[in-house]
Amino acid sequence: MDLIESYREELQLIRKPWTRVWVGLFVLCLILLPWFVPEHVTYVATIICIYAIGVQGQNLLIGYTGQISFGQAGFLCIGAFTFGHLNLMGVPWPIGLLAAGLAAGAFGILVGFPSLRLKGPYLAIATMGFGIAVYQVFVNSEALSGGRMGIIVTKLSPLFGLSNIAFTYYFNFLIALLFTLLSYNIISSYIGRAFIAIRDNDIAAEVVGVNLTRYKLLSFAISSFYTGVQGGLYGLFLGYLEPNMFTFMESITLFVAVIIGGLASVEGSIMGAAFVILVPQFFSAYKEMVPVVYGVTILIVLIFEPLGLYGRWFKMRLYFRNWPFR
Amino acid sequence: MRQFLQYGVSGLSTGAIYALVALGLALIYRSTRILNFAHGDITTAGTFVAFMFLGFNLPYGLAFPLAILAGAVLAMVFYFAVLVPAQRREATQLGQIILTLGLGLIIQGLVSYFGGTETQAFPFPLSDTRIYRLGGIVMSQLSVGTLGIGLVASLLLFLLVQKTRLGLAMRATSENLPAAQTIGIPTRRILALSWGLAASLGVLAGLFLAPSLLLDPFFMLEPFLKGFAAAILGGLNSLPGAIVGGLIIGVAESLAGGFISVAFKNTLAFLIIILVLLIRPEGLLGTEFKERV
Repeated sequence: MDLIESYREELQLIRKPWTRVWVGLFVLCLILLPWFVPEHVTYVATIICIYAIGVQGQNLLIGYTGQISFGQAGFLCIGAFTFGHLNLMGVPWPIGLLAAGLAAGAFGILVGFPSLRLKGPYLAIATMGFGIAVYQVFVNSEALSGGRMGIIVTKLSPLFGLSNIAFTYYFNFLIALLFTLLSYNIISSYIGRAFIAIRDNDIAAEVVGVNLTRYKLLSFAISSFYTGVQGGLYGLFLGYLEPNMFTFMESITLFVAVIIGGLASVEGSIMGAAFVILVPQFFSAYKEMVPVVYGVTILIVLIFEPLGLYGRWFKMRLYFRNWPFR
Repeated sequence: MRQFLQYGVSGLSTGAIYALVALGLALIYRSTRILNFAHGDITTAGTFVAFMFLGFNLPYGLAFPLAILAGAVLAMVFYFAVLVPAQRREATQLGQIILTLGLGLIIQGLVSYFGGTETQAFPFPLSDTRIYRLGGIVMSQLSVGTLGIGLVASLLLFLLVQKTRLGLAMRATSENLPAAQTIGIPTRRILALSWGLAASLGVLAGLFLAPSLLLDPFFMLEPFLKGFAAAILGGLNSLPGAIVGGLIIGVAESLAGGFISVAFKNTLAFLIIILVLLIRPEGLLGTEFKERV
């Protein structure tokens, strides 16, 4: 769409001055959010920030590399409990968070190995099997899951005289912002282009010199690193962890977020995360109807708008930019 | 030794359930290359329909066939109303799998909304407590019935697929869709029929499982995943493979539960999935062309 004349321009995240203004305003709005909205909204926004991280990771795997995974809850569980146990040992949170990501990433590489041989539906089943196996191991092992009580995570005490909720919001917002920048940089670099090449045609990618083994495993590792960090942040946010938070349904929720938000787009991931968090909020009186809303949205999205919410947003922008021409 | 046989026999009857579920999955996979993630939920819906009819004091002989029919109709409606339009818009194979996931979510939500999430006892003509002894081996009436219905249903499916014109058309459609269309087989109707058949096998499994597991909207999730494992183990595109895989998983699980630990019982199926996919992705009896890079 845009004419790119140099490699430096290709690496730039924002190419137009007006986009810079809009993005700046959007971020400013998010920063000012806790001052203007009730506490409940800030609380929900915090969960969206946490989810956005994991959904971006999942999108790097599904949308960009084209490797399907139904086992995201497994990585989430591993990340969360790594963080929880380190927290119990008194390890400070930055190290705990990093370890959560790395532990999940290591398992991601492990799960990535089948992806070298399996494709499409078979990979979906293998990852689904992994996700459920992890859940069952944690449910059945008291040493790992902390038994019936779960693990209590000590929350961060607020700094700079902020209220508790506002501080948690800023903390998670900053980390989510960091990871969003990271995802943009990954996809505009060599790694991202290698991922896209693998998605579009893996044989052709191999022929033009993409090391399939390395980049498929890397994709799994990065994706599960994101998810592991999400797990750690989730534990820190809630203050306790139990295995029942990481059922197969959780994998499905993350997956639904990617599909509805839009495959292969970072903005879409954030929109998708907002969708899967906001829908249960709006339908809190009809809890049973939440899966129905997810399901119907999936059907509509896949049949009428395969690019998801991002695709719709993109088309709207294009319409206004080209107005009055079509 | 007697204990071993006992575990083996009770494993066979659970295995019969898994085989029925796996047959449904394999039937759909081999004709349309779609993994049906809604299979478990369609089954649950069918079982709830049976529960509702029994609540109206309908006799078993009427309620069960109606429930099986309801499951089949649900699957066929999904095929015609969602999958066919999606295929017209050139949905990818993965997209179609995600569509079945969406259907599963919808059914799950509706069943919990209308059927209630609390567990209910499911009335059944065969008793769970009446026991037959054979040598030293004990079997309840229910598990004998389950094993029997599994064998009968598999046999009927075999006869349908191998010995009738309809089965020939089904085989032709799954072998080569364009060629089948060219020689005048109404492939769309045949595929819809496969979906219906698969769903009715699933509902049958659900009906025999509900009395021992108690009925709630999620009671089919675990057996459905085990059925998945069975289908993978036997080979996703092979019908005999599904039966063999189901029985193997049932027995292995029962033995593992008896001799190793009960907690390990449920994880076994997923370990089997991962191992089979790593070592022999096409399964025991499956044949599928694999491209290598």
